[in-house]
Amino acid sequence: MIVYLVRRFGQSLLAVVAMAVLVFMGVYAIGNPVDVLISPEASQADIAAATARLGLDKPLWQQFGIFVINAFQGDLGTSFVYGRPALDIILERLPATFELAMVALFLSVGIGVPLGVWAGMRPESIAGRTIMAGSILGFSLPNFWQGMLLILVFAVLLGWLPAGGRGQTTEFLGMQVSFLTLDGLSHLILPAINLALFKMSLLIRLTRANTREVCLQDYVKFARAKGLSGRRVVLVHILKNIMIPVVTIIGLELGSMLAFAIVTETVFAWPGMGKLLIDSINLLDRPVIVAYLMLTVLIIVMINFMVDVIYSFLDPRIRLSEMKG
Amino acid sequence: MTSTTTPEPQTPEPQTPEASDPVRIDSPVMRVVKQFVEDPVAVFGLVLFIAIAFVAIAAPWLAPQNPYDLAQLDIMDGGLPPGGTSFSGQVYWLGTDQQGRDMISAIMYGLRVSLLVASVSLGLAITIGTIVGVTAAYFGGRLDSLIMRVVDLQLSFPAILIALILLALLGRGVEKVILALVIVQWAYYARTVRSSAIVERRKDYIDAAKCLALTNRRIMFRHLLPNCVPPLIVVATVQIAQAIALEATLSFLGVGVPITEPSLGLLIANGYDYLLSGRYWISMFPGVALVLTIIAINLVGDRLRDVLNPRLQK
Repeated sequence: MIVYLVRRFGQSLLAVVAMAVLVFMGVYAIGNPVDVLISPEASQADIAAATARLGLDKPLWQQFGIFVINAFQGDLGTSFVYGRPALDIILERLPATFELAMVALFLSVGIGVPLGVWAGMRPESIAGRTIMAGSILGFSLPNFWQGMLLILVFAVLLGWLPAGGRGQTTEFLGMQVSFLTLDGLSHLILPAINLALFKMSLLIRLTRANTREVCLQDYVKFARAKGLSGRRVVLVHILKNIMIPVVTIIGLELGSMLAFAIVTETVFAWPGMGKLLIDSINLLDRPVIVAYLMLTVLIIVMINFMVDVIYSFLDPRIRLSEMKG
Repeated sequence: MTSTTTPEPQTPEPQTPEASDPVRIDSPVMRVVKQFVEDPVAVFGLVLFIAIAFVAIAAPWLAPQNPYDLAQLDIMDGGLPPGGTSFSGQVYWLGTDQQGRDMISAIMYGLRVSLLVASVSLGLAITIGTIVGVTAAYFGGRLDSLIMRVVDLQLSFPAILIALILLALLGRGVEKVILALVIVQWAYYARTVRSSAIVERRKDYIDAAKCLALTNRRIMFRHLLPNCVPPLIVVATVQIAQAIALEATLSFLGVGVPITEPSLGLLIANGYDYLLSGRYWISMFPGVALVLTIIAINLVGDRLRDVLNPRLQK
């Protein structure tokens, strides 16, 4: 087990290093880093001072060393727009994105898995077919377009829910959250559904396919023959056995949810780090872009690492085959 | 079985009906085509896609106006709802945008950009991915594991994130979007081709080709590759829909194609500002065109996946 953990951890570290090199190359080696890292409005003296501070007059490999050391100390540059450390600005926006992603994850699992089990148990029924058709729609409609439809229907035509923003927030575990106030909740519903729909479709299809397979197994037939209630068969015999692939997908999709939050946050003007990224791109605030990238890479690599570790606990075959290999 | 249509009892002939059955001598391509057309939904998807592609290619001749020739636009016609009539008596069936641009024409030209970007990046990504995948599978060993590490590393990050970051660093532009899409997508093809080539490589015909002392390149691309094509087609149909959606998303976010060559995604983004004021048609109809395109491709792809899957064959 320890061999597996160490090896997997090494791979994660390698991924972070590789991405750091790529980011470094993107910023420093292609084009002029002075343009990228120093505000276009800076004076000649400022440029000279910043060039010396960032070590841009040194050879490339030394620059890379400085970049890495600074990154380890949490210094990923200073935002041109806000005049504060880029990492601080992003971390301020992290709770909003985290809340959105968590609520969306909760929705996609809470709705997707039951619908998938339902469709899997009755694949030929009208309900089952409708669920599948709906999931294909969830797959085909681009994320931002779904969001716009939601705004058009629920905010513009019906006027039930607000079209954007975060609403009133309250403090919860040291973070500002929306879901505890009625106003915040009404702002949260549409973006959360928008972010959840794609994952929900994915989970419906996955759960349905697994349920169909598990339903044919002898132990399910036997449980039914024993006269167990339908609810017990579903909860204990079926759900337990489809959980391994579902848990893996949930974990892996958490990272892509962070990426898709960029789209949802832009459509709904949700003040999270995804919207910050798009704003920074439009304002050419490159230190924030670099900081966002490094932080997101770190988060995604960490999530992938944790999913693999959890998976290896759930399914011993994985760690055994990895240890041999 | 169709060859014996006469009701008279069968005489013991030496020739069995199966031997003359035309299905038996069908090429694999014909078999796929025949099975494909059995599903009316898939045929509908294919027809729809061909129609959309035709509209996109023929846009300069089909469109009522050239939406980017400012001389043809009349600002007085700006913001007309669908079916509105201009001063000169022209009817705008899908309305106009703020500059008085006919939405039908804008959508046709937008489709052109969207499909161009998607198909060029598809072609390049398939080429690169196939070469890399076949090379990795054929030579194996260290080269293989190195290539697959890179592929795994890339696939562990969401495609949209990689594309967004590339474009944030490169700036907007049609060729830059294509580059970003190629970088994002080549890994899918490399992995697909490699996984089927690694099975094919162990088969006898490859050994036979090696005994004939054919060059490695010839074996890889003439013998190995053609047998890896079916899964490649399935992945390609999924990926081209993904590419169209991704390009639209990037353009919607303002990092994709430039304002001078708007794709469907950029048209939607432009109309987004007017959505809240009730002028829904400026972004709604380009969106419908985008969704129809993606659904048409997905319908074709779903059927192809079934038809080309060897496990579902008798």
